[in-house]
Amino acid sequence: MGIELQNISKQFTGYTALDNINLSIATGDLIALLGPSGCGKTTLLRIIAGLESADSGKIILEGKDTTNLSPREKNVGFVFQHYALFRRLNVFENVAFGLKVLERSKRPSKSEINDRVEHLLKLVQMEWAIKRYPSQLSGGQRQRVALARALAVNPKVLLLDEPFSALDAKVRQELRRWLRKLHEEIHVTSIFVTHDQEEALELADRIVVINKGRIEQQGSPQEVYDHPANAFVYNFLGNVNVFHGRIKEGMVSLGEHLVDAPDELKNVDEKPSQTFVRPHEIGISKIRSSETDVIGTIREIRLLGGQIGLNLSCEGFEHPIEAEVPRELYLNLQLSKGDKVFVSFNRVKVFSGDYEI
Amino acid sequence: MLKPETSTTTTAVKRRVSDPLWVRIVLISLTFLFFVFFIFLPLGMVFAQAFQKGWAFYLECITEPYAIKALQLTLTTVAIVVPLNALFGLSAAWAITKFNFRGKATLKTLLDLPFAVSPVIAGLIFVLLVGSRTPFGGWLGEHGIKIIFSTPGIIIATLFVTFPFIARELIPLMEAQSRDEEEAALTLGAKGWQIFSKITLPNIRWGLLYGMILCSARSIGEFGAVSVVSGHIRGQTNTVPLHVEILYSEYNFTASFAVASILVFLALLTVVGKVSLEKHFQKHSLEN
Repeated sequence: MGIELQNISKQFTGYTALDNINLSIATGDLIALLGPSGCGKTTLLRIIAGLESADSGKIILEGKDTTNLSPREKNVGFVFQHYALFRRLNVFENVAFGLKVLERSKRPSKSEINDRVEHLLKLVQMEWAIKRYPSQLSGGQRQRVALARALAVNPKVLLLDEPFSALDAKVRQELRRWLRKLHEEIHVTSIFVTHDQEEALELADRIVVINKGRIEQQGSPQEVYDHPANAFVYNFLGNVNVFHGRIKEGMVSLGEHLVDAPDELKNVDEKPSQTFVRPHEIGISKIRSSETDVIGTIREIRLLGGQIGLNLSCEGFEHPIEAEVPRELYLNLQLSKGDKVFVSFNRVKVFSGDYEI
Repeated sequence: MLKPETSTTTTAVKRRVSDPLWVRIVLISLTFLFFVFFIFLPLGMVFAQAFQKGWAFYLECITEPYAIKALQLTLTTVAIVVPLNALFGLSAAWAITKFNFRGKATLKTLLDLPFAVSPVIAGLIFVLLVGSRTPFGGWLGEHGIKIIFSTPGIIIATLFVTFPFIARELIPLMEAQSRDEEEAALTLGAKGWQIFSKITLPNIRWGLLYGMILCSARSIGEFGAVSVVSGHIRGQTNTVPLHVEILYSEYNFTASFAVASILVFLALLTVVGKVSLEKHFQKHSLEN
C-alpha cells in the first residue's frame, strides 16, 4: 500500500474537521479528494504531509508509520494552491532547494544537483526559465516549477492542494492533461485535493468524495459517477434536477406523476424521497413516445459548447427542469422558445429520506 | 464618438476631485511656512550658532576629549542596542505572527508601552529596579557590577525605549506574508534555521533594516531615560545629547550647538538611509 490512513480524526474549536477517516491508496495511484469547501479535504492532506497533526489515528506511508514524524522527515512532496515558490530565489534555486538543504553526507554534488534540476525542469517543460524569478512567470508556469521543486527530493508521496484552482479555465484544463501524462511517466503515489468534480473525474484513478469530515464514497470515476452512493455524491458530481416527493406502495412521486420505485426501495414504508435526474439523461421529443412522457414548454435556450441547455416548465412540476440535448437533435427538432415538447426521464435515481444538501 | 466622450468625462471628474486653486495655494504655502519655521530655521540656527566663532573653534569643540568620549559612548550604545533589539524584535515578531498562545494580544499591546511611557519614567523604573539602594542593585554592587550611573544602565534604558521599533516594523510585514513559503521549505526537508536564513530573513530584510535605522536614530538621540540613569559624569557617562545639554546649561552656547550639529548630521544620515530604503521597498513590492 502506498498510503494507509487509519481512524484519522481532527477537531478544531467548534467543529469536527475530520471524523474517523480510513483510506488505503495503492502505490502509484493518482487519487482525488473531492468535496465542497470546508469539508476537511485540505486538512486531511496537510495531516498526511505533517503540516497539521491529527487528534487521533495513524498515517502509514509505504509501510512506515509516519504519524509522529515532522514534515521534514516524511519525504512527501507538497504542491500548494498558491504555488508558494520562494520569491527571492530564481527557478533553479527553487527546484534545487530540497537538495541543497540535505545533510552534507546525503547531499548530491553540485553537478549532480545541476543535472537533476535540469532534468526536472525539462520534465515540466520549464527549462527555458531556469534563471527567471517567480514574479516573472505566469500562474501555470509557477505551478509547474512548484511541481518540479516538490519532485526534486524524490518524494514517496506527492500531495497537491487544489493545484489548479488559482488558474484560469483554459490553463487549468491544459495543466490537468499534462499532469495526467506526467503521472503516467513518473508514477509516484499522488493525492490531489479539488472541489471541481470535472477535474476529479478527468484526472484521478480513484475518487474519494468527502463531506463534512467523512468519506461519502470512494471508487473509480466511473463507479462514483454512475453509481453514486447517496444523494450528496449524486448532487456533487455534476448538474442535476432534484425532485422531492414520497415513496409509497412501491411507487415514487415525481412531481404529480408516479414512477416505479427501484427494487431496493419497493417494500419500504411511506417515506420522503429525493429523485435525481441529470440534465443529459432527459429525452426531448416532439412526438409522444410513451405513456409516462411529460408535457413541457421551453422557457429558455442556452448554448453550452457542444450541448444545448433547455429550461423547461413541465406540467405537474412545481419547479422548472433543466435538460441538455445534443446540438444535432436541437437542430433537427427545430426547437425554439415557447415550443411544447414531450419530456422523458431516461434514467432516474431515487434516494429515500430527506437528505440535506 | 465614444473616445472624445470618455475623455471629457475624465477631465470633468478630475476637476471635480481636485480642490480650487486658492485652496491649493493656501495649503501649499502653509506647509512651506511650517517647514521653514519648524525645520529649516531651527536647523539653520544650529549651524549658525555652531560656526559663530569660526571653523577653528567649531573643530575644537567637537574634538575636545569630553565631546569625543560622549560620541564614543553614544556610538557604543547604538552598536550594542541596535543588534540586541534586532534580535529581540525578530523573536517577538516571530512569536507573535507564527505561534498561537495565550496572552498574545496583550503582548502585542504591551509592545507599545515604551512609546507611551515618558522616557523619564522609563529611566526611573530602572533606577528603582537595579539602583544601588535596591536589594538586587545592592547584590550586584557587592559583586562589582554597577548598572545605574554607568554604561550598562545607559544601554538598558536605551534598549527599553527603542525596543518596539523593529518588532513593530516586522509584525505587520510578517503577518501579511502567508506561511506557504516556510511550509514549502519544511516539506522539502529544511531545518528551522535553514528556513529562517534562506526563506524568512530574505523576505523581511528590508523591513528589518528599516526598523534598525529608526532604532539607531532614536538610540542616538535618546535623552530622557538616559539622563535619569546616567549620572552625568563627564567623560564617563555622558552621551552626546547629555553633553549638549550640559554645555548649554553652562552658557557655553557655541560649543553646545557645535556638538548638537553632530546629532543633526547623524539624523540627516538616518533620514537619507530611510528614504533610500523606502525607494527600494517600493521597487520590490512592485516586483512581487
